[in-house]
Amino acid sequence: MPMEKSLKRPALLAGVLIALIALPAVADATGYAALTSLATRVLIYGIAAASLNFVLGYGGMVSFGHAAFFGIGGYVVGILYQHYSLGEPLFGFIPGTNQLLITIPVALVISGLMAALIGALSLRTGGVQFIMITLAFAQMLFFLFVSLKTYGGDDGLIIRRANELPGLNMRDKQTVYYVCLTVTVAFFFVLWRIVNSRFGNVIVGLRQSEKRMAAIGLPAYRYKLMAFVISGMGCGLAGALMANFLRYASPDMIHWTKSGELMVMVILGGVGTLFGPLLGAAVFIVLESILASWTENWQLGLGLILLFVVLYTQGGVQGLGTRLFGRRA
Amino acid sequence: MTLFLEQMLNGVQFGVMLFLLAAGLTLIFGIMGVINLAHGSIYMIGAYAGTWAAAETGSFWLGIPAALAAAAVTGAAIEFLVVRRLYQRDHLDQVLATFGLILIFNQTITILFGRQPLFVSMPEMLGGSVELLPGLVYPVYRLAIIAVGLLVALGLYLLINKTRIGMLVRAGSTNREMVRALGVDIRLLYTLVFGLGALLAGLAGFMAGPILAVQVGMGEQILITTFVVVVIGGVGSIRGAFFASLILGVVDTGLRAYLPGLLRQVMVGPEADALGAGISSMGIYLLMAIVLLIRPKGLFIRNS
Repeated sequence: MPMEKSLKRPALLAGVLIALIALPAVADATGYAALTSLATRVLIYGIAAASLNFVLGYGGMVSFGHAAFFGIGGYVVGILYQHYSLGEPLFGFIPGTNQLLITIPVALVISGLMAALIGALSLRTGGVQFIMITLAFAQMLFFLFVSLKTYGGDDGLIIRRANELPGLNMRDKQTVYYVCLTVTVAFFFVLWRIVNSRFGNVIVGLRQSEKRMAAIGLPAYRYKLMAFVISGMGCGLAGALMANFLRYASPDMIHWTKSGELMVMVILGGVGTLFGPLLGAAVFIVLESILASWTENWQLGLGLILLFVVLYTQGGVQGLGTRLFGRRA
Repeated sequence: MTLFLEQMLNGVQFGVMLFLLAAGLTLIFGIMGVINLAHGSIYMIGAYAGTWAAAETGSFWLGIPAALAAAAVTGAAIEFLVVRRLYQRDHLDQVLATFGLILIFNQTITILFGRQPLFVSMPEMLGGSVELLPGLVYPVYRLAIIAVGLLVALGLYLLINKTRIGMLVRAGSTNREMVRALGVDIRLLYTLVFGLGALLAGLAGFMAGPILAVQVGMGEQILITTFVVVVIGGVGSIRGAFFASLILGVVDTGLRAYLPGLLRQVMVGPEADALGAGISSMGIYLLMAIVLLIRPKGLFIRNS
C-alpha cells in the first residue's frame, strides 16, 4: 500500500511539515510574499483533491461533480456571513454567523447531507451513467446559485471579512495560512485513519470487485454511499476554507471545469495515494501560476501537459510521480 | 396558441441541433466505449471554420464545405492522435485526456480569432419568414435547420438499418469483442464512426452560427446538454438519441418560455425571471436524474 509506505517515512513527513511551517517566514524574508497565498491555495485544493481521490482513486467511483460540494462549503460560509452582516436570520429563524468554529462544522454537515442525497441517487447507476449523473447534479446546483439573486447570482457573494477565530487576527494572510495548515494536517490524519481502517479496505475491495465484496456479505451500496458522503464533506471543508481565503463565494466554484480541475490534480499527483492529490494540487497551482505569468494563453500549455500525462505515462502517473517526486510526498 | 406552436417549433429546432451532436456522441460512446468531451470542440471548430470561410468568400454556402472539412479533419486527427490510445483505458483517463483537448482547442481558437464572437448573416434565400398557419409566422432559416436535422436522422436510419456498415455499427454497439473476433477491421470502423460524428458536429456548429454567437466556449455549453441527451436516450442508441433530443429540446424551450411567467404570478418580476431562468436550466438535468433512477441504462435500451 503506497500510503503505508509514505507514512513509514515519518522523517520525510516531518521535514515537509517543518518546511510548510517555515514557509511564510521564508517567503517574507526572500521577498516572495505571494508564496504564502499560493501555498494556502495548494493546501485547500489539496484537501478537496484528496477527498475526491477517496471515492475516485480508492473507491473507483468516477465523480465528475465534486465541485458541487466545494461550492456548497463556500456558499455556507458566504450565506451565513451575509445574514450575519445584514442582521436578519436565514429563513427567519437561523441566525447568521461569522465564527469559523461554527461555519466549518455547518459546512461539513450541509455538504455531507447534500453528498448523501446526490450519492444515494447517483450510486444506483454505474460507469458512464455515474459520471454523467454526478455532473448533472453539480450543474443543477450551479444554475441554482446563478439564479439566486439574493446571494449574488452570477456575480457571486462577497464576504467582506474572513470568519473570526477567537484570539486570532484572521485578516492577516499568514494567520489564514496557518489555520489552513492546521486543518490540512488534521484532515490528512483523519483520512489516513479512514484509509487504513477496515472501512477503507472494504472501499478498496469494492473497486477491485464488487461481486467479491457482496459474496463476503458486505452491502456494497451502503459502503459506497458512506465513502461518497465522507468525500463530499472533505470537499465542503475545502470550499469553506476557500471562501474564507478569497473572501468570496461564486457559482464558478461549482462549475464543471472546477470538477475537471480537481480530477486533474488527482491524476497529476497519483490516483489512489494518500498524499498524491496534495502534490497534484501543488503541481497544478504552481504550473498554472508559472504558465499564466509567461503567457495569457496558459490553458494551452496546461492542456498539452495534461494530455501528455494521461497518454504517455500509461496510467502510471503514480509510478512516474514516485520516481520523480515520490521522495517528497 | 400560435405562441405555443412557435415555442414548440423552437424546441424541435433546438432538438434537431442536439440530435446532430448526440448521434455522433452516442455512437462513439456505444461502439468505442470512449467518453469524448472534445465533441463540443469539433462543433465549435465547424462553426468557426464555416463562419470564417463564409465571411472571407461572402457566400454562406461555401461555409458549409469549409465547416464539414474542418470538422472532419479535426475529428480524424483527434481519433488518430489521442482517442485511439484511449480505447483500452478507463473512463477517468478518457475524461481527462479529452478535457485537455478542450483546453487546447479553446485556447488555439482564442489565439487565432480573438475573444470577440463572430457573426455570420443568413443566406438571402433563407432570411425571411413564412406564415405556416394563419397568424403563425416562422423564420425560414429555423425551418431549414429542422428539415436538415430530420433528413440527417432519416439518412442515419437508412445507413444504420439498411447497409452493411450500419450492420457492423449495430453489431459493434451490442458486442464489440464479438465483431472483432469475426474478423472485421474494427479500427477502420472506429475511424469511420468518429469521422461521421465529427462531420455531423461540424454541420451543427455551422448551422448554429446565424442564430447563436460563434464564440469560444459554445462547444461546452451544448456538449453537456448533449451528454444528457445521450444518457437519457441510452448509450449507443441512435433512435434513443433522436427521441431524447426532441424531448429535451421541447422541454428546455418550454420551461424557458413559460416558467418565468408562471413564477411571476407568485413573485416579484425580476426575481421570478432569474429564478425561472435558473430552474429552467436545471430542468433537463432533473429530467435526466429522474430517467436514470427509473431506467438506469436510459429510455431506449432494452433491459438485457
